[in-house]
Amino acid sequence: MAALDPHRWIYPTPQGLYCVAGDFYVDPAQPVERALITHGHGDHARAGHEHVLSTPETAEIMKIRLGQGAGQISEAPLGKPMTIKDARVKFVPAGHILGSAQIVIEHSGRCVVVSGDYKRTSDPTCLPFETVRCDLFITEATFGLPVFCHEPPDKEVARLLGSLAANPDRTHLLGVYALGKCQRMIMMLRKAGYDAPIFLHGALVNLCSLYQRLGVNLGELLPVTERDPARYQGAIVMCPPSAIADRWARRFGDALSCFASGWMRVRGRARQRGAELPLVISDHADWPELIDTIRETGASEVWVTHGREDALVHQLGTMGLKARALALVGFEDEDD
Amino acid sequence: MDRFADVLDRLVTTTQRNGKIRLLANYFRSTPDPDRGFALAALTDGLPMSFPMRRVVAEIMEPHIDPVLYRLSRDYVGDTAETVALLWRSREPHGMAPRLSEVIETLKRTSTREMPRVVASFLDRLDANGRWALLKFLGGALRVGVSARLARISLAQGMGAAVEEIEEVWHAIAPPYTDLFQWLEGVGPRPDPGQRPVFRPVMLAHPIEDGDWASLEPQDFVAEWKWDGIRVQIVSIGEQVKVFSRAGDDISQSFPDVAQAFFGRHGVLDGELLIAKDGEVRPFNELQQRLNRKSVTERMMQQYPAHVRLYDLLFDGAQDLRALSFTERRARLEDWFARARPVAADLSELVGIENFTELRTVWSATRESGIEGLMLKRLSSPYLAGRPKGHWYKWKRAPLTADCVLMYAQRGSGKRSSYYSDYTFGAWRIGEEGKPELVPVGKAYSGFTDEELLSLDRWIRNNTIERFGPVRAVKPALVLEVAFDAIQSSSRHKSGIAMRFPRIHRIRWDKPAEEADRLETLLRLIPR
Repeated sequence: MAALDPHRWIYPTPQGLYCVAGDFYVDPAQPVERALITHGHGDHARAGHEHVLSTPETAEIMKIRLGQGAGQISEAPLGKPMTIKDARVKFVPAGHILGSAQIVIEHSGRCVVVSGDYKRTSDPTCLPFETVRCDLFITEATFGLPVFCHEPPDKEVARLLGSLAANPDRTHLLGVYALGKCQRMIMMLRKAGYDAPIFLHGALVNLCSLYQRLGVNLGELLPVTERDPARYQGAIVMCPPSAIADRWARRFGDALSCFASGWMRVRGRARQRGAELPLVISDHADWPELIDTIRETGASEVWVTHGREDALVHQLGTMGLKARALALVGFEDEDD
Repeated sequence: MDRFADVLDRLVTTTQRNGKIRLLANYFRSTPDPDRGFALAALTDGLPMSFPMRRVVAEIMEPHIDPVLYRLSRDYVGDTAETVALLWRSREPHGMAPRLSEVIETLKRTSTREMPRVVASFLDRLDANGRWALLKFLGGALRVGVSARLARISLAQGMGAAVEEIEEVWHAIAPPYTDLFQWLEGVGPRPDPGQRPVFRPVMLAHPIEDGDWASLEPQDFVAEWKWDGIRVQIVSIGEQVKVFSRAGDDISQSFPDVAQAFFGRHGVLDGELLIAKDGEVRPFNELQQRLNRKSVTERMMQQYPAHVRLYDLLFDGAQDLRALSFTERRARLEDWFARARPVAADLSELVGIENFTELRTVWSATRESGIEGLMLKRLSSPYLAGRPKGHWYKWKRAPLTADCVLMYAQRGSGKRSSYYSDYTFGAWRIGEEGKPELVPVGKAYSGFTDEELLSLDRWIRNNTIERFGPVRAVKPALVLEVAFDAIQSSSRHKSGIAMRFPRIHRIRWDKPAEEADRLETLLRLIPR
């Protein structure tokens, strides 16, 4: 049988990216009958699908976050090939968060990789990204501008620890995304030798417990309960970014606000957020990683799902690749 | 460069004034000459060289990056220096980061044509933060939330000196200020202004408080009107005249008419700069038309003629009078004035004090345009730099007040970042359809206690009708009694008025919003 152009069997629809050959959607924005989910973040793993296929870790995350809404979940262990109708499907590590996967789809002699969200820098909470050679690479572009070039994460963690040492009287209030960034920051702090208890905002507690249950050792974590500021003096308190400017944060007195996010690369964004200590740590590929990854896949065609598509599509064009922006709805600028 | 870059970077995200002072003080104390001097120049007077930023950036980026990617990046980042810093990929392994002095000295020797190549080689030796700091430094305007005065205050703190001492020699020195640092470290002589017209730190007053009266004797004091202009110091020496603001900024360029009036009339004078026509002092916003202008047209000077009301004489010719008492200085001032007779200037009138009760009557009855209140000056006081206690008092006349309705609230920054602490309030007028509507008349973020802030914050959260980012629109239901110093007409505001120094005077939890003031009432307060 002659190879069939991927355009014929995978394409964007209003519900999301649809694969005809396997009759499934990848990370659909609306409830569908069969969904393959790359990872547990809310804009990728939505409630209301009938059948869901994901890695075991993503399945656990979805159950915690969506409860009954998670749907009927089948587990796809990383690296195990499967057949869904006329498509061969395999989940491979994406290096984004615990359980995150790229989805490799083969049909009629062609290979398509849907990256989901990914990064190439090391992350002690998940398996590293694995490059799969393919014909069509469907990528994210959250940081799809050449100004985004993240700092080495160890350097940023060292800055946080340096600030703690220099300001032993101030609570360090660290704004992080609840799933992924939070646990990665904790693990990096532990690896850097920080073994004091870390305090958690209530919104972070469940997911951290899940990570611990799945074998990620986060050390001693304590929920923020009392209003006694002395207890938190000189400690790290982690919370969702929005909580820093919220009434909740008042109990810490003159706290030092830190944010760990790729957006902190740009001073204007850091200032907008009111970050006193911006840490450039991201769970998404920066510009050089995006370009290198695309090159390594050997793909002759690239689709961009979400993010700053204009610059990436332009750049790929100058590299002689076919590139298009899918402008899929429903994805957010996460890593906030 | 690394240390400078680090300080600059941290200044951007430090909101507290004391935090900024600490950062800079530490930098000045521990950085060698002449680098710290160039950093100080960048924060105050600007670099001692001009740098063609636009052209250099265009030339170095052209071979470095695709123009479409540059444009998209610049649009996203919103700042040229930062965009270039983030886009730059060093072509060779980093050498040592250049020192600020190396940058300056090299660029001074470099021809305009060679500049892009030299700057590119500096960029290669720096990390992203260093590149940003270098370009900000060369661009002249750092925009890190530090005024020239705050930089001098930090310097004073870092070197264990009084800021007034530094201000007094400031105009006698030039970047990289090595003589200043040596003097501050006790290893060099005080920089000598010689024949240059330099600023002398001014004497300031304390607001008088209710408890102060009992300890004051009326016969020890004289009163003067407090005028609503800007405090200036005029220095006339040799063939030169300089006009300085209270903070020591040279504003001579905006007021050539004043400089002309004092030409050849040697001395250092303290006074109030006003706009006056036919002997009448004009509202403050007419003076504002002439502030912060690099040049001023003949027409501007005719339309808004400057006038100086003289308070004090610090130097008569070359003779320093500051150690003399007010009484003696005043006599010398009158004598100087009789000799010099500068146009567009007069002497501040002395208001006799029989007793404080009588003075209060005079004070409270005065509503004359341009008068803010009274100054009380101790007759025996020398002219002292700064704000010494017990010598001069300012007695601002009771503020005007209006009952306004809270319309919008915005979250503050720093310690107030979780509180709705900035308030926009309005007054009633009749809208196009004949219905009453609120029109914003001012914005205030002070005047309330911490407890009141909590109550306001709670009220705002419970009465929000719409949210726009950090701003909430609230139900028009809370009346704020707003105090302010004056009302001016303004074409920039929808209401047609602008309040001077508005602050929250009282929160009128009890008052129905319909009974708040109407815009017409406020319009009547505009001085004619």
